[in-house]
Amino acid sequence: MSDLRELYQELIVDHSRNPRNFRKLENPSCAADGFNPLCGDKLKLFLKVEDGVIKDASFEGSGCAISTASASLMTEMLKGQKVENAKALFETFHYMLTGPKDPQHHAAQGLGKLAVFAGVSEFPARVKCATLAWHTLKNALDGHQEVVSTE
Amino acid sequence: MTSRIATPESTLQARAALDVESIRKDFPILHQNVHGKPLVYLDNAASAQVPQAVIDALQKYYETDRANVHRGVHELSQRATDDYEGARADIQKFLGAADTREIIYVRGTTEAINLVAHSFARPRLEAGDEILISAMEHHSNIVPWQMLCEERKAKLRVAPINDAGELLLDEFEKLLSDRTRLVAVNHVSNALGTINPIREIIGMAHRRGIKVLLDGAQAVPHTAVNVRELDCDFYAFSGHKLFGPNGIGVLYGKRELLEEMPPYQGGGDMIASVTFEKTIYNELPYKFEAGTPNVSGSIGLGTAVRYLNGIGLDRIEAYEKELLDYGTRAVSAIPGLRLIGTAKEKASVLSFVLDGVHPHDVGTVLDREGVAVRTGHHCAQPVMQRFGVPATTRASLAFYNTRAEIDTLAAAIHKVKEIFG
Repeated sequence: MSDLRELYQELIVDHSRNPRNFRKLENPSCAADGFNPLCGDKLKLFLKVEDGVIKDASFEGSGCAISTASASLMTEMLKGQKVENAKALFETFHYMLTGPKDPQHHAAQGLGKLAVFAGVSEFPARVKCATLAWHTLKNALDGHQEVVSTE
Repeated sequence: MTSRIATPESTLQARAALDVESIRKDFPILHQNVHGKPLVYLDNAASAQVPQAVIDALQKYYETDRANVHRGVHELSQRATDDYEGARADIQKFLGAADTREIIYVRGTTEAINLVAHSFARPRLEAGDEILISAMEHHSNIVPWQMLCEERKAKLRVAPINDAGELLLDEFEKLLSDRTRLVAVNHVSNALGTINPIREIIGMAHRRGIKVLLDGAQAVPHTAVNVRELDCDFYAFSGHKLFGPNGIGVLYGKRELLEEMPPYQGGGDMIASVTFEKTIYNELPYKFEAGTPNVSGSIGLGTAVRYLNGIGLDRIEAYEKELLDYGTRAVSAIPGLRLIGTAKEKASVLSFVLDGVHPHDVGTVLDREGVAVRTGHHCAQPVMQRFGVPATTRASLAFYNTRAEIDTLAAAIHKVKEIFG
């Protein structure tokens, strides 16, 4: 049970039950779709970017607790970030989940609340759930139109 | 009550009772811990486990008999060929087919259906013709027909199901028309566990001269099938769901139909003679078995079938029915749990959704409790759409599962509820 609590920390369960920024954004400056065909998770991410700064971020869709909480916490984190910082966050977050195990505590540095997802690296089948929103973000920022697939 | 001789009733009971603890000893993989908990394997509809007899047969082939079949004059090739063809005869008897030439080795159910689509349906399908399937098919019994219908400008018709996941037989019959060229339905649904009324389906189709393909992948592990008694035209199944190896499956087809059909793939073994001007195809079943076949897989599948015959599918069916009833009661009692698929006639499958918890999260928690289930759309996305859910959690039973394992499943679902409140 303890390792499950590592995965499903209260913050994650809370954000999955009550996702923040769970709405459509009117007139977004960019948007992208993400899809996990394995479990059917789908999300649409909306961003409002002004002068290289993410002014607003929101999402819609359906997914498991990990993917919903990840999208929720990500959108919270993104608001007010410079686009370059958001891209750097993607790299750090991705490294925390998929990089070598030992330096993980260092890897989580600078991620703030997002460090709550560190436990996901112990559940390889669930890494895709946590990274779906982030891959979608990368596509939105890079201006790619195609649906992101984690497969 | 004591009696000196067994009464007919007690004989029946003795025949019906399955010594599951003894059977479990035949499956080495079941005896392990996963995440520190005893493994409870409830993903049998995805892949069932193999008994020691099958593992031994594969080992014997690789250690002492391995060679190509139908080619060498040497001893090893002869042994391999004998076992390969012996397995075909075992499978023929298992299905109640009239002739070993009606048993085509394929990679699995998917290839069997594609073979029928390519060699039986395609030459008969003209623009405006129809193929009829049901709303509870696996993608493998949808997509090959969609591809073919698109190519031939034909129509794919889909017979609807009710909220319990049962085929609406009246609607099915209405969809049979003079343009219907084939009916392709599953015998048992992988996502719902529904046992289809295949005798009625075959009767309705045959009265109109329409041939019937049954996808039996989820049926053969749970119930005795006799293709001659059913009078079905094609029957397909996979070895890995029948306690056999991966990469081997069977297409049964009536001999007169198979004789008429062109080969599916060209290559070695499927020819009688080859010149650059003309190739004469080999006779059945080899006409449909191009290239070096899956010899070990076939031998393993033949062994699995003999193993099942040793237990008796009638006893397996009786035991599993009781186990499924027990499981249905156990999980239905959990508040917030909704079973998807509640047909009166069901086999093996407990597919469910839990209020407020995504199936993927259910699967992760269950896994940590040692319980292996499948979560997702089960390669049956239209079924998920029909029931308005993105996915389900599916526990699927085999004859080596026990009531105690069902109890572990139910306890693990309670753990899920603890975590997600």
